[in-house]
Amino acid sequence: MEIYRAHVLVCTGTGCTSSQSPKIIEEFEKYLKANKLDNEVKIVKTGCFGLCAEGPIVVIYPEGAMYTMVKPEDVKEIVEEHLLKGRLVKRLLAGNKELKDSVKPIEQVEFFKKQKRVALRLCGVINPESIDEYIAFDGYKALAKVLTEMKPEEVIDEIKRSGLRGRGGGGFPTGIKWEFAARSQDTEKYVCCNADEGDPGAFMDRSILEGDPHSVLEAMTIAGYAIGASQGYVYVRAEYPIAVKRLNIAIQQAKEYGLLGKNIFGTDFSFDIELRLGAGAFVCGEETALMTSIEGHRGEPRPRPPFPAVKGLFGKPTLLNNVETYANIPTIIRNGAEWFASIGTEKSKGTKVFAMGGKINNTGLLEIPMGTTLREVIYDIGGGIPNGKKFKAAQTGGPSGGCIPASKIDTPIEYDTLVELGSMMGSGGLIIMDEDNCMVDIAKFFLEFTVDESCGKCPPCRIGTKRMLEILERITGGKGEEGDVEKLEILAKNIKASALCGLGQTAPNPVLSTLRYFRDEYEAHVRDKKCPAGVCKSMLNYIVDEQRCKCCGICARNCPVNCISGQKGVPYKIDQEKCIKCGTCLEKCPFKAIFKNA
Amino acid sequence: MKSIAELEEIRKRTLEQIGLRENNEKMRIVVGMATCGIAAGARPVMNTFLEELKKRNINNVSVTMTGCIGICRLEPIVEVIEPDGSKVTYVKMNPEKAARVVAEHIVNGRVCIDYTIGAEEKNK
Ligand SMILES: Cc1cc2nc3c(=O)[nH]c(=O)nc-3n(C[C@H](O)[C@H](O)[C@H](O)COP(=O)(O)O)c2cc1C
Repeated sequence: MEIYRAHVLVCTGTGCTSSQSPKIIEEFEKYLKANKLDNEVKIVKTGCFGLCAEGPIVVIYPEGAMYTMVKPEDVKEIVEEHLLKGRLVKRLLAGNKELKDSVKPIEQVEFFKKQKRVALRLCGVINPESIDEYIAFDGYKALAKVLTEMKPEEVIDEIKRSGLRGRGGGGFPTGIKWEFAARSQDTEKYVCCNADEGDPGAFMDRSILEGDPHSVLEAMTIAGYAIGASQGYVYVRAEYPIAVKRLNIAIQQAKEYGLLGKNIFGTDFSFDIELRLGAGAFVCGEETALMTSIEGHRGEPRPRPPFPAVKGLFGKPTLLNNVETYANIPTIIRNGAEWFASIGTEKSKGTKVFAMGGKINNTGLLEIPMGTTLREVIYDIGGGIPNGKKFKAAQTGGPSGGCIPASKIDTPIEYDTLVELGSMMGSGGLIIMDEDNCMVDIAKFFLEFTVDESCGKCPPCRIGTKRMLEILERITGGKGEEGDVEKLEILAKNIKASALCGLGQTAPNPVLSTLRYFRDEYEAHVRDKKCPAGVCKSMLNYIVDEQRCKCCGICARNCPVNCISGQKGVPYKIDQEKCIKCGTCLEKCPFKAIFKNA
Repeated sequence: MKSIAELEEIRKRTLEQIGLRENNEKMRIVVGMATCGIAAGARPVMNTFLEELKKRNINNVSVTMTGCIGICRLEPIVEVIEPDGSKVTYVKMNPEKAARVVAEHIVNGRVCIDYTIGAEEKNK
């Protein structure tokens, strides 16, 4: 059997035959021969393809290209372009030109309309493992400009004027931080990048490192020039293997291009960056603990002052910024401070990236101009709450932050407005909650996290948060006592005032902020032994509505602990002693005959 | 890197390669390969594109990856970018859909409308 590299299928059904397909076959034979392709390409006469309106039809394999309304005079082009040179003849392809207009460009999808991308500029646009693609989109231009046209003071001034504030949680003005580090006199200084990202549910920094690692490297190099450092460290958690891999590739590529290393752009400025992997402890995101960890010690915080800008890594002046903070820098340098300052509000400039999750239709990563309201984020970008439920509260700032209740949904998202509401911007975790979320349970969740993650160095955090958690467990367990809420408040106040580092100082925030807006829920738990949202299991019963029960037995068959009994004609009953309140019966009942009694 | 001219050189060359300039014939398939994409199954999707293109002897289409574009809910996300820069965004992809995109869109220029982000939005 002869092997052909391509097959030309020509329709010889009635329709196509009447529109000249025999002539087309002749033409193919002629031109294949003329191009000496007749031994490589086989012509096959086929039956009807069913697309008679667009006939004559020619299909070429292996590509599977379908040419429609082919005329004898097109054959020469098909042979020479497609079969000889391997290029499709676009104008003859079936296509769907008229339909193409109805394909929405991604930018016009609701999710993207209100977003503005600065830090995420190239995420999802370039190949993160290609330095060339980063350069193609103006990458390393800012570094070139800084090294060849600007003095360190001018760089710092540009950042100051841009109004950029730290995106890692604290919101400290970045330019001022750079200035402090630049002013400290020492032979060695360091630039660090905080990529620890410990907030549960947050993945902003991971996405930047995975999608655009060079932007962070470029920014750190700029920072090195501005403060007079020649060594940088990225502290990234080992649980981010893809980010680590792409950072390593990026560093390698930058070194090969001489964008890291000695005499960058032929100047006498030299800079190197290394990775340090963290084991994923929340406290290692705190700046002093992070540097202790880079030094090779157990990641525990130490008191400040001295601040890192004076005495940081290895006892030397150190600049530490968050991943997203850095990701803004190259664009600020390229477009200018004024451009950046024109985005956002009076006191919060630029944009903020959020990782939105929880009870929201469009979970994902978004970047909005500062000052966008929570309502716009939830309903325009987020697409609203699933299943027609009511929005109850949004949690920002993770275990250090708090809740914004539905009544404040029109508050613009800015550093200061969020603090006024008893929450905080945080690093960008944004958890949306609906009417089915119990706020006491949420507070308990975050406190469990801090109790787990407390490093144990200082007693207020180690012991105090544990005591708070015990009280919360009591309350949600249906054993709350009169005075518990007040005890929580006293503990919270004292822990905030006396803990060593930010972890302990902010740990009570989720409790305080839920108390501020949802005190009645705490009281319902304590006084009436009721969980209004129907979440806390100890205060919850699943009950069969005898009127509605059709005695089908589906609930009993699905119950994992066999605590439902009944038979044909006799409504089913749940043994409350044995019930583990898993909710399976309620989910499975086809007649909605089982309900929760909270 | 010794000079800005060198940087500019790379910039221009790459722009040409990735087809953001006219007179480029290359089509690009870009697969979202951040953690969210990979977790949703982007690797087999990417492999299917490579296999299908190879099977069909198509050499003028590049397959590359990119980071997270934000709508993690709709991953794996694939963008097909025409030489003129216009693009079609496919969402919730899997290997079967990828094979169909090659057969219909890449080869025959017929967009698989039902896999696009616009169709997904309408269905909500
Ligand atoms: C317990 C704790 C955890 C923290 N975790 C992070 C983190 O994961 N990433 C981060 O950038 N900053 C984190 N921070 C804030 C850092 O200490 C520091 O303020 C920040 O990295 C400075 O960068 P910025 O000014 O660019 O925001 C944490 C702080 C505390 C108290």
